[in-house]
Amino acid sequence: MRISLANMKPGQTGVVVEVLAGHGMVNRLEAMGLRLCKRVRKVSSMLMRGPIVVEVDGFQIAVGHRMASRIIVEIFVE
Amino acid sequence: MRMLLMGNPNVGKSVVFSRLTGARVISSNYPGTTVSFTRGYVHIGDQRVEVIDVPGTYTLNPTCKAEEVAVQMLDEAKPDDVVVDVVDSTKLERNLNLTLQLLERGIPMIVALNMWDDAKHKGINIDVQKLEELLGIPVVPTVAVSSEGLRTLVERIHEAVAGDMEPHDVPDRWAHIGDIVTHVQELQHRHHTFLELLEEMSIKPITGLPMAAVVVYLAFKIVRFIGEGLIGYVFDPIFNSLYAPLLMKLSAKMGGSGFLHDVVVGKIINGEIDFTQSFGLLSTGFYVPLAMVFPYVMAFYAILGVMEDFGYIPRLAVLMDNVMHRVGLHGQAIVPTILGLGCTVPGALASRILETRREKFITLTLLAIAVPCTAQTAVIVGLVGKRGGQYLFLVYGILAFLWLAMGLILNKIIKGESPEMLLEIPSYHIPPFVPLMKKLWLRMSGFLKDAVPFMLAGIVLMNIFFTTGLVDLTARVLSPVLTRMMGLPKTVVVALMMGFLRKDVAVGMLAPLGLTTKQLVTATTVLSIYFPCIAAFVVLLKELGIKDMAKSAGIMLSLAIIVGSLINLFWRV
Repeated sequence: MRISLANMKPGQTGVVVEVLAGHGMVNRLEAMGLRLCKRVRKVSSMLMRGPIVVEVDGFQIAVGHRMASRIIVEIFVE
Repeated sequence: MRMLLMGNPNVGKSVVFSRLTGARVISSNYPGTTVSFTRGYVHIGDQRVEVIDVPGTYTLNPTCKAEEVAVQMLDEAKPDDVVVDVVDSTKLERNLNLTLQLLERGIPMIVALNMWDDAKHKGINIDVQKLEELLGIPVVPTVAVSSEGLRTLVERIHEAVAGDMEPHDVPDRWAHIGDIVTHVQELQHRHHTFLELLEEMSIKPITGLPMAAVVVYLAFKIVRFIGEGLIGYVFDPIFNSLYAPLLMKLSAKMGGSGFLHDVVVGKIINGEIDFTQSFGLLSTGFYVPLAMVFPYVMAFYAILGVMEDFGYIPRLAVLMDNVMHRVGLHGQAIVPTILGLGCTVPGALASRILETRREKFITLTLLAIAVPCTAQTAVIVGLVGKRGGQYLFLVYGILAFLWLAMGLILNKIIKGESPEMLLEIPSYHIPPFVPLMKKLWLRMSGFLKDAVPFMLAGIVLMNIFFTTGLVDLTARVLSPVLTRMMGLPKTVVVALMMGFLRKDVAVGMLAPLGLTTKQLVTATTVLSIYFPCIAAFVVLLKELGIKDMAKSAGIMLSLAIIVGSLINLFWRV
């Protein structure tokens, strides 16, 4: 199942399969460690479309909601 | 030869720097503590080598001012300079992205594999020798906070060589990094620690928001407790029982009155020295900065230091992001704002982590208008608090309202959107005691060096202004605004003039003026809003540029007049 980072539930894990963003944004996300084929775990999302916190490679990054909704993740089905 | 300390944000470059050079710089557990470069020196053999602490950057394509500084430093590097690439061992893959970009530049390099102890705790094993082979440059494991490995780093600095890495395009570079990481890194499974549990709890809204409320509440409580405690049990007794009798003797020797007496000792009020109202160099001149302001500033920075080094601030930024967006900012702008509660200068400098000019303008304008520094707060608490807690509440209520309202308005009228948050959340660390104390001492000595001379200068200037009639002249010019609109006596002009010097001095100057409570509330509020002090102004000007500074100053001045008049209008005594 493919959903955006924003729509993942806290605790869910998946792999980044697509980033629907411009070059600049993709570069910035990559530099922070968030890029294609990365395994991510959603830690939390703030109320009212606040930032999403994900864990990648054992550390956490906060991503704005709009940006998070453009990062598409393939969810692991348990 | 120079050593350039480069690396991702929050990998400990500043810690390495201060450990190597002995120079004291502020380091904290959040990305973007260092926003400008700092120089220091280290002796290697008989050579004195300049070390430069460069702001952190994720890539060599800068996205904000602090990162621009980093790239610029690299561009200006001379052929015999060495880059010390400080790498967070717990985030090897991401850090290597910058390492490879640096290698592609062909500058002599050495890697400090920092936070080596953390990596071990997290079950991350890195084969250092293999990493050296693959990168073609020396790699030294270090634990900067305890100086481990730094000696080896310095000893091996001459082994630094320029890498012979071909420039990659982006996907190739990541592939290469992936390759390196699979060869050198091994992960062990281990159980979650209590701190990690706390990390998750403090970022989830359901547990994190109540925790934030408790943390902020406790922070205020503790600051007040320490501040009041120091004043009540240490500084006031010293000044009142030990120092005042000495001053009275001096006063008697000087004849008890007269111009010189009043400048040096201060006016004798009801046969005694009143430390807030006498206004002599030796009385108020030392009492205000040392016994009124110092305790609160120290308490504030003690608590801030713990929160910074523990790693809490970025989490607060995430939790506050929603609110901040309403005022045209994003969560990261909480960092300049919190620092600004201490002092506007570091607050304004911290705005360099913000990406757009719009965001900087809003953050800094709000900072200058509605975020009083601790020094100013201390004096406001001292003076207004005496008239009753509700008035204190009123002053800060007005300022908080202004922060929110002005933010909403600026967000509406300034074109553009506030960019989205993208922020690394550091792990929690129990801050070691000694570095905490060093940081506190660094900030406090900075405060004392500024505050005491400025207060003394303020007192001398005030006397000059009064005797030369400059006060009367300015008061006459400003009287339509000051007296008619705000209902303040013309003597308040002195405080307004001193506000350019220092805000705590200015608020202190209100003490001997015999103001009514209403006037005191109006004057302290107006003093907060109308203009930054000189030190803050210089930094704001540098950060904003002349044009934006002029706009910002226009907002401050008009807002001060409006708010002052409104208080006067609606407060019926």
